[in-house]
Amino acid sequence: MSIDIKTARKVAHLARIEVAEEALPPLADALSNILAFMEQLNEVDIEGVEPMSSVTPMALKRRADEVTDGGYQEQILANAPDTREGFFAVPKVVE
Amino acid sequence: MTNLAYTEPKAKVIAGAKEDWELVIGLEVHAQIASKAKLFSGASTQFGAEPNSNVAFVDAAMPGMLPVVNEFCVEQAIRTGLGLKAKINLMSRFDRKNYFYPDLPQGYQISQLYHPIVGEGEILVDMEPGVARKVRVERIHIEQDAGKSVHDMDPEMSFVDLNRTGVGLMEIVSFPDIRGPEEAAEYVRKIRQIVRYLGTCDGNMQEGSMRADVNVSVCRPGDYERFRESGDFKHLGTRCEIKNMNSMRFIQQAIDVEARRQIAILEDGGSIDQETRLYDNVKGETRPMRSKEEAHDYRYFPCPDLLPLEIEQSWVDKIAASLPELPDEKKARFVKNFGMTEYDASVLTADVANAEYFEAVAKGRDGKQAANWVINELFGRLKKEDHGIEDSPISANQLGGIIDLIAKGDISGKIGKELFEIVWTEGGDPAEIVEARGMKQVTDFGAIEAAMDKIMADNPAQVEKAKANPKLAGWFVGQIMKATGGKANPKAVNETVRKKLG
Repeated sequence: MSIDIKTARKVAHLARIEVAEEALPPLADALSNILAFMEQLNEVDIEGVEPMSSVTPMALKRRADEVTDGGYQEQILANAPDTREGFFAVPKVVE
Repeated sequence: MTNLAYTEPKAKVIAGAKEDWELVIGLEVHAQIASKAKLFSGASTQFGAEPNSNVAFVDAAMPGMLPVVNEFCVEQAIRTGLGLKAKINLMSRFDRKNYFYPDLPQGYQISQLYHPIVGEGEILVDMEPGVARKVRVERIHIEQDAGKSVHDMDPEMSFVDLNRTGVGLMEIVSFPDIRGPEEAAEYVRKIRQIVRYLGTCDGNMQEGSMRADVNVSVCRPGDYERFRESGDFKHLGTRCEIKNMNSMRFIQQAIDVEARRQIAILEDGGSIDQETRLYDNVKGETRPMRSKEEAHDYRYFPCPDLLPLEIEQSWVDKIAASLPELPDEKKARFVKNFGMTEYDASVLTADVANAEYFEAVAKGRDGKQAANWVINELFGRLKKEDHGIEDSPISANQLGGIIDLIAKGDISGKIGKELFEIVWTEGGDPAEIVEARGMKQVTDFGAIEAAMDKIMADNPAQVEKAKANPKLAGWFVGQIMKATGGKANPKAVNETVRKKLG
């Protein structure tokens, strides 16, 4: 499967990444190469092999249900281009 | 574990301009997990806090921050699954659901698409006594909630609050087994009842702790049965999803409106586009969401920040052992043990706090009497004053005390209601109040006889008439009641009058 310019443009838009028109062909090529590599991996016979999610025998870490974080509104908002009364202010989005 | 017998309700039929139509409905209910901290961060889930104050750097998706799953949230999902008699998956995984929206700083929601923690279960949706629909649950998965956007504070801007971002949700997905707007509303009500019994979600719909997405399609009579037989969706119509419903009433209205819209299009020779719509309760219509063209391109993939969630069967067993008695079983037990109607049992078990109150009143007393007092007097009064059972001015002990006084014959049912009023407004021990205010009814036959003798001596003509016509005995009963200030035990009075008039 290969990625054409149209798909590359769509993926960039979905991710809200601005890609100049002339940068799209090399991007499409790069994405196609990644997919080609995945297809190569697909050729390996994994019949009967348990999926492995980690090279080390680790279990998912869990936390206790305790409030240990938060309470720093000014830090959360510090990098925002615009804020009002403790909210992030963004261009109007209405459904 | 006994359940009551039931029959399934008929599917709702909507008459179009040309022919009859049936509805096929499936729901996705999002229930906020009743945890103190968020699903993947240590920030508080408290509702109504200052905007952006219950936010950790993980929730704000600051670079380099990593999610760590809240074990309590996992436990609540398992608990809910067990409450819905569902299969618990010992291995589940987290996936990223990617979409762009200002209140989603990560740019993706961590969810469980491919391997949810809970598999198939079922919910019995009660419609009326003896009528219920068994709705199959397809899955429950854990996911993050998004933030909240406020659109009405400024004409040019939307304001974003991330306090809700990352709060743990359970998404309970049903099969398309629901056949009418009322059933859909009752289904949500039943889920709410069950999660409240389990304590896994507070079910507060005003605060958005429970919301539903509703999938609606229409088909011709007979098509649904063909679908269930073959499992082939081609027998069903194209569905539309109505997003973000947070009231039972609106769910019902929206389904009705949406079904009629689809029927009108189909009867006109048109076809339904599969799309996401919003219900406008002011205009009473559904309309497509603007962002619909991208809505379903979520580019799911396994979340590389999280290992698979592997749980032990022993943990699941421990949680199963701690489950409370659930609504269906409680209702069946009330019917069986207390001899009450299914309707009364439904009322008493609607909320676990109600059921507990009733059981405290009924303990060691006549269950039917207790049910009558709790439902008719107490619930009636609470409803009138807009109180919940937690705010009841009369405790189960006090109400039990009133019932005891009636059972002992100390007061009549009528005086009991007066006593109820006194305890409601003034509080206090019912037995002491009855004693202190001389409300005790006279069961002393001697006193009643003495009153009767005096009345007979004063009214010889009445005595003669009553002896000839026993129907006139009621006059004496009334006179004795009057003479004793209404406190004479009616049974004792009747007996005395009958005896004396012989």
